[in-house]
Amino acid sequence: MSHHTTSTRTNPDPSAPRRRMSGVGRVLVFVYGVLALAATGRSVFQIIDRYHEAPVAFTLSALAAVVYIVATIALIAPGRVWYRVAWITISFELAGVLIIGSLSLFAPAVLGLHDIDPFGRDATVWSVYGMGYLFIPLVLPVLGMLWLRRHPPVDAPAGEVMS
Amino acid sequence: MIEWFTTVQVIVACAAGILCLVLGLIGRLPGDVSMGAVALVELLLLAQLVIAIIAPAVGNNPSGSLAEFYIYLISAIILPLAGGFWALIERNRWSTVVLGGVCLAIAVMVYRMGQIWFVQGA
Repeated sequence: MSHHTTSTRTNPDPSAPRRRMSGVGRVLVFVYGVLALAATGRSVFQIIDRYHEAPVAFTLSALAAVVYIVATIALIAPGRVWYRVAWITISFELAGVLIIGSLSLFAPAVLGLHDIDPFGRDATVWSVYGMGYLFIPLVLPVLGMLWLRRHPPVDAPAGEVMS
Repeated sequence: MIEWFTTVQVIVACAAGILCLVLGLIGRLPGDVSMGAVALVELLLLAQLVIAIIAPAVGNNPSGSLAEFYIYLISAIILPLAGGFWALIERNRWSTVVLGGVCLAIAVMVYRMGQIWFVQGA
Protein backbone atom coordinates (compact mmCIF):
# COMPACT_ATOMS: atom_id res chain seq x y z
CA MET A 1 0.00 0.00 0.00
CA SER A 2 1.58 3.20 -1.08
CA HIS A 3 0.56 6.68 -0.16
CA HIS A 4 1.63 9.00 -2.88
CA THR A 5 1.72 12.55 -1.77
CA THR A 6 1.75 15.45 -4.13
CA SER A 7 4.98 16.64 -2.54
CA THR A 8 6.84 13.94 -4.51
CA ARG A 9 6.37 15.96 -7.64
CA THR A 10 6.90 19.47 -6.38
CA ASN A 11 8.05 21.99 -8.87
CA PRO A 12 10.78 24.06 -7.23
CA ASP A 13 10.52 27.58 -8.49
CA PRO A 14 12.26 30.10 -6.25
CA SER A 15 10.77 33.01 -8.17
CA ALA A 16 7.21 31.92 -7.41
CA PRO A 17 5.57 34.28 -4.93
CA ARG A 18 4.55 32.81 -1.60
CA ARG A 19 1.20 34.47 -1.73
CA ARG A 20 -0.93 33.20 -4.54
CA MET A 21 -2.69 36.45 -5.19
CA SER A 22 -0.32 39.27 -5.88
CA GLY A 23 0.80 41.34 -8.82
CA VAL A 24 -1.04 40.61 -12.05
CA GLY A 25 -3.17 38.02 -10.21
CA ARG A 26 -4.95 40.93 -8.53
CA VAL A 27 -6.11 42.15 -11.91
CA LEU A 28 -7.54 38.68 -12.61
CA VAL A 29 -9.36 38.62 -9.28
CA PHE A 30 -10.62 42.15 -9.85
CA VAL A 31 -12.14 41.22 -13.23
CA TYR A 32 -13.68 38.11 -11.63
CA GLY A 33 -15.14 40.28 -8.89
CA VAL A 34 -16.68 42.71 -11.38
CA LEU A 35 -18.17 39.83 -13.36
CA ALA A 36 -19.56 38.30 -10.15
CA LEU A 37 -21.09 41.68 -9.29
CA ALA A 38 -22.54 42.12 -12.79
CA ALA A 39 -24.00 38.60 -12.94
CA THR A 40 -25.43 38.83 -9.41
CA GLY A 41 -27.00 42.25 -9.89
CA ARG A 42 -28.57 41.30 -13.18
CA SER A 43 -29.89 37.88 -12.14
CA VAL A 44 -31.33 39.18 -8.86
CA PHE A 45 -33.19 41.87 -10.74
CA GLN A 46 -34.39 39.50 -13.48
CA ILE A 47 -35.67 36.98 -10.92
CA ILE A 48 -37.48 39.60 -8.82
CA ASP A 49 -38.87 41.50 -11.79
CA ARG A 50 -39.80 38.88 -14.42
CA TYR A 51 -38.89 35.35 -13.35
CA HIS A 52 -41.92 33.87 -15.14
CA GLU A 53 -40.71 35.08 -18.55
CA ALA A 54 -37.73 32.72 -18.81
CA PRO A 55 -37.34 30.68 -15.59
CA VAL A 56 -34.70 28.30 -16.99
CA ALA A 57 -32.46 31.09 -18.30
CA PHE A 58 -32.81 33.20 -15.16
CA THR A 59 -32.09 30.25 -12.86
CA LEU A 60 -28.94 29.52 -14.87
CA SER A 61 -28.09 33.21 -14.61
CA ALA A 62 -28.29 33.04 -10.82
CA LEU A 63 -26.28 29.79 -10.75
CA ALA A 64 -23.60 31.47 -12.88
CA ALA A 65 -23.54 34.41 -10.47
CA VAL A 66 -23.02 32.13 -7.45
CA VAL A 67 -20.24 30.23 -9.25
CA TYR A 68 -18.48 33.51 -10.14
CA ILE A 69 -18.62 34.59 -6.50
CA VAL A 70 -17.19 31.24 -5.30
CA ALA A 71 -14.48 31.38 -8.00
CA THR A 72 -13.48 34.90 -6.91
CA ILE A 73 -13.16 33.77 -3.28
CA ALA A 74 -11.31 30.57 -4.29
CA LEU A 75 -8.74 32.60 -6.23
CA ILE A 76 -7.99 34.76 -3.18
CA ALA A 77 -8.12 32.11 -0.45
CA PRO A 78 -4.92 30.16 0.17
CA GLY A 79 -4.43 26.42 0.44
CA ARG A 80 -4.92 23.27 -1.58
CA VAL A 81 -8.65 22.96 -0.97
CA TRP A 82 -9.40 26.41 -2.34
CA TYR A 83 -7.03 25.73 -5.24
CA ARG A 84 -9.16 22.72 -6.15
CA VAL A 85 -12.36 24.73 -5.70
CA ALA A 86 -10.94 27.35 -8.06
CA TRP A 87 -10.28 24.68 -10.71
CA ILE A 88 -13.78 23.22 -10.34
CA THR A 89 -15.60 26.57 -10.50
CA ILE A 90 -13.52 27.92 -13.38
CA SER A 91 -14.00 24.68 -15.37
CA PHE A 92 -17.72 24.92 -14.65
CA GLU A 93 -17.74 28.48 -16.03
CA LEU A 94 -15.97 27.47 -19.22
CA ALA A 95 -18.41 24.57 -19.71
CA GLY A 96 -21.31 26.92 -18.91
CA VAL A 97 -20.36 29.65 -21.36
CA LEU A 98 -19.75 27.08 -24.13
CA ILE A 99 -22.91 25.01 -23.55
CA ILE A 100 -25.32 27.83 -22.69
CA GLY A 101 -23.72 30.06 -25.32
CA SER A 102 -24.32 27.41 -27.99
CA LEU A 103 -27.88 26.73 -26.79
CA SER A 104 -28.73 30.44 -26.73
CA LEU A 105 -27.48 30.76 -30.29
CA PHE A 106 -28.81 27.59 -31.92
CA ALA A 107 -31.70 26.45 -29.72
CA PRO A 108 -32.92 29.43 -27.64
CA ALA A 109 -36.27 27.69 -27.08
CA VAL A 110 -34.57 25.07 -24.85
CA LEU A 111 -33.74 27.87 -22.40
CA GLY A 112 -37.18 29.40 -22.80
CA LEU A 113 -35.68 32.44 -24.52
CA HIS A 114 -37.72 34.46 -26.97
CA ASP A 115 -34.82 35.73 -29.03
CA ILE A 116 -31.05 35.44 -29.24
CA ASP A 117 -30.35 39.09 -28.55
CA PRO A 118 -27.40 39.06 -26.09
CA PHE A 119 -28.37 42.56 -24.97
CA GLY A 120 -32.08 41.83 -24.62
CA ARG A 121 -34.21 41.60 -21.50
CA ASP A 122 -33.88 37.80 -21.31
CA ALA A 123 -30.13 37.83 -21.81
CA THR A 124 -27.87 36.09 -19.30
CA VAL A 125 -24.17 36.47 -18.67
CA TRP A 126 -23.57 33.39 -20.85
CA SER A 127 -25.86 34.28 -23.80
CA VAL A 128 -24.06 34.10 -27.16
CA TYR A 129 -20.79 33.22 -25.38
CA GLY A 130 -20.98 36.30 -23.17
CA MET A 131 -21.26 38.79 -26.03
CA GLY A 132 -23.24 41.24 -23.87
CA TYR A 133 -20.25 41.27 -21.51
CA LEU A 134 -17.65 41.85 -24.27
CA PHE A 135 -16.90 38.07 -24.35
CA ILE A 136 -15.17 38.42 -20.99
CA PRO A 137 -17.05 35.32 -19.66
CA LEU A 138 -15.47 33.31 -22.51
CA VAL A 139 -11.92 34.63 -22.15
CA LEU A 140 -11.71 34.82 -18.36
CA PRO A 141 -11.92 31.06 -17.53
CA VAL A 142 -9.07 30.38 -19.98
CA LEU A 143 -6.90 33.09 -18.40
CA GLY A 144 -7.88 31.79 -14.96
CA MET A 145 -6.80 28.23 -15.86
CA LEU A 146 -3.47 29.43 -17.27
CA TRP A 147 -2.88 31.42 -14.10
CA LEU A 148 -3.79 28.50 -11.81
CA ARG A 149 -1.46 26.20 -13.76
CA ARG A 150 1.45 28.57 -13.27
CA HIS A 151 0.70 29.17 -9.60
CA PRO A 152 0.20 25.86 -7.80
CA PRO A 153 -0.64 26.15 -4.10
CA VAL A 154 2.20 26.79 -1.69
CA ASP A 155 2.05 25.06 1.66
CA ALA A 156 2.22 27.98 4.04
CA PRO A 157 3.29 27.40 7.64
CA ALA A 158 0.31 27.33 9.96
CA GLY A 159 -0.62 30.72 11.27
CA GLU A 160 0.85 32.70 8.42
CA VAL A 161 -1.46 35.54 7.61
CA MET A 162 -2.04 36.40 3.99
CA SER A 163 -1.75 40.13 3.56
CA MET B 1 -30.87 61.80 -15.43
CA ILE B 2 -29.47 64.57 -17.61
CA GLU B 3 -28.38 63.44 -21.05
CA TRP B 4 -25.35 65.70 -21.59
CA PHE B 5 -24.08 65.09 -18.06
CA THR B 6 -24.31 61.34 -18.61
CA THR B 7 -22.40 61.65 -21.90
CA VAL B 8 -19.67 63.71 -20.21
CA GLN B 9 -19.50 61.13 -17.42
CA VAL B 10 -19.02 58.20 -19.84
CA ILE B 11 -16.28 60.10 -21.70
CA VAL B 12 -14.49 61.08 -18.47
CA ALA B 13 -14.66 57.51 -17.13
CA CYS B 14 -13.30 56.10 -20.43
CA ALA B 15 -10.48 58.67 -20.49
CA ALA B 16 -9.60 58.01 -16.83
CA GLY B 17 -9.70 54.26 -17.48
CA ILE B 18 -7.39 54.40 -20.50
CA LEU B 19 -5.05 56.81 -18.66
CA CYS B 20 -4.72 54.45 -15.67
CA LEU B 21 -4.29 51.39 -17.89
CA VAL B 22 -1.49 53.08 -19.83
CA LEU B 23 0.20 54.40 -16.65
CA GLY B 24 -0.02 50.91 -15.12
CA LEU B 25 1.30 49.11 -18.17
CA ILE B 26 4.33 51.42 -18.41
CA GLY B 27 5.06 50.54 -14.78
CA ARG B 28 3.83 53.52 -12.79
CA LEU B 29 2.65 53.05 -9.22
CA PRO B 30 -0.68 54.62 -8.28
CA GLY B 31 0.01 58.32 -7.79
CA ASP B 32 -1.67 61.72 -7.79
CA VAL B 33 -2.65 61.50 -11.46
CA SER B 34 -4.23 58.04 -11.42
CA MET B 35 -5.83 58.45 -7.99
CA GLY B 36 -7.08 61.91 -8.98
CA ALA B 37 -8.67 60.47 -12.12
CA VAL B 38 -10.48 57.81 -10.08
CA ALA B 39 -11.56 60.44 -7.53
CA LEU B 40 -13.01 62.57 -10.35
CA VAL B 41 -14.97 59.57 -11.68
CA GLU B 42 -16.31 58.85 -8.19
CA LEU B 43 -17.26 62.52 -7.70
CA LEU B 44 -19.26 62.51 -10.95
CA LEU B 45 -21.05 59.33 -9.77
CA LEU B 46 -22.07 61.04 -6.53
CA ALA B 47 -23.36 64.01 -8.59
CA GLN B 48 -25.30 61.49 -10.69
CA LEU B 49 -26.81 60.05 -7.49
CA VAL B 50 -27.98 63.53 -6.42
CA ILE B 51 -29.45 64.11 -9.89
CA ALA B 52 -31.20 60.72 -9.82
CA ILE B 53 -32.77 61.49 -6.44
CA ILE B 54 -34.02 64.94 -7.51
CA ALA B 55 -34.98 64.21 -11.15
CA PRO B 56 -38.25 62.25 -10.64
CA ALA B 57 -39.49 64.97 -8.26
CA VAL B 58 -39.19 67.62 -10.99
CA GLY B 59 -40.85 65.51 -13.69
CA ASN B 60 -37.76 63.83 -15.19
CA ASN B 61 -38.84 60.19 -14.92
CA PRO B 62 -36.92 57.13 -16.17
CA SER B 63 -38.49 55.33 -19.13
CA GLY B 64 -37.22 52.00 -17.77
CA SER B 65 -36.99 50.44 -14.33
CA LEU B 66 -35.82 52.76 -11.56
CA ALA B 67 -34.87 49.74 -9.40
CA GLU B 68 -32.56 48.37 -12.09
CA PHE B 69 -31.09 51.86 -12.52
CA TYR B 70 -30.24 52.04 -8.82
CA ILE B 71 -28.66 48.56 -8.80
CA TYR B 72 -26.21 49.86 -11.40
CA LEU B 73 -25.67 53.23 -9.73
CA ILE B 74 -25.03 51.88 -6.22
CA SER B 75 -22.70 49.15 -7.58
CA ALA B 76 -20.81 51.79 -9.57
CA ILE B 77 -20.37 54.00 -6.50
CA ILE B 78 -19.07 51.07 -4.42
CA LEU B 79 -16.67 49.86 -7.13
CA PRO B 80 -13.81 52.42 -6.70
CA LEU B 81 -14.04 52.13 -2.91
CA ALA B 82 -14.04 48.33 -2.73
CA GLY B 83 -12.20 47.28 -5.89
CA GLY B 84 -9.79 50.16 -6.17
CA PHE B 85 -8.63 50.28 -2.60
CA TRP B 86 -8.32 46.50 -2.32
CA ALA B 87 -5.81 46.79 -5.15
CA LEU B 88 -3.95 49.51 -3.26
CA ILE B 89 -3.32 47.24 -0.26
CA GLU B 90 -0.43 45.98 -2.32
CA ARG B 91 0.87 48.93 -4.27
CA ASN B 92 2.46 48.07 -7.57
CA ARG B 93 1.89 48.71 -11.27
CA TRP B 94 -1.01 46.25 -11.30
CA SER B 95 -2.85 48.37 -8.74
CA THR B 96 -2.83 51.14 -11.35
CA VAL B 97 -4.14 48.70 -13.98
CA VAL B 98 -6.98 47.69 -11.64
CA LEU B 99 -7.86 51.38 -11.11
CA GLY B 100 -8.11 51.65 -14.91
CA GLY B 101 -10.37 48.59 -14.95
CA VAL B 102 -12.59 50.21 -12.31
CA CYS B 103 -13.03 53.33 -14.46
CA LEU B 104 -13.81 51.35 -17.63
CA ALA B 105 -16.34 49.16 -15.78
CA ILE B 106 -17.99 52.36 -14.51
CA ALA B 107 -18.10 53.76 -18.06
CA VAL B 108 -20.03 50.66 -19.21
CA MET B 109 -22.35 50.84 -16.20
CA VAL B 110 -23.14 54.54 -16.70
CA TYR B 111 -23.85 53.83 -20.38
CA ARG B 112 -26.27 51.07 -19.30
CA MET B 113 -27.84 53.45 -16.77
CA GLY B 114 -28.41 55.93 -19.61
CA GLN B 115 -30.11 53.21 -21.66
CA ILE B 116 -32.37 52.28 -18.75
CA TRP B 117 -33.35 55.90 -18.15
CA PHE B 118 -33.77 57.11 -21.76
CA VAL B 119 -34.23 54.07 -24.05
CA GLN B 120 -35.62 51.08 -22.13
CA GLY B 121 -39.43 51.00 -22.22
CA ALA B 122 -39.61 54.21 -24.23
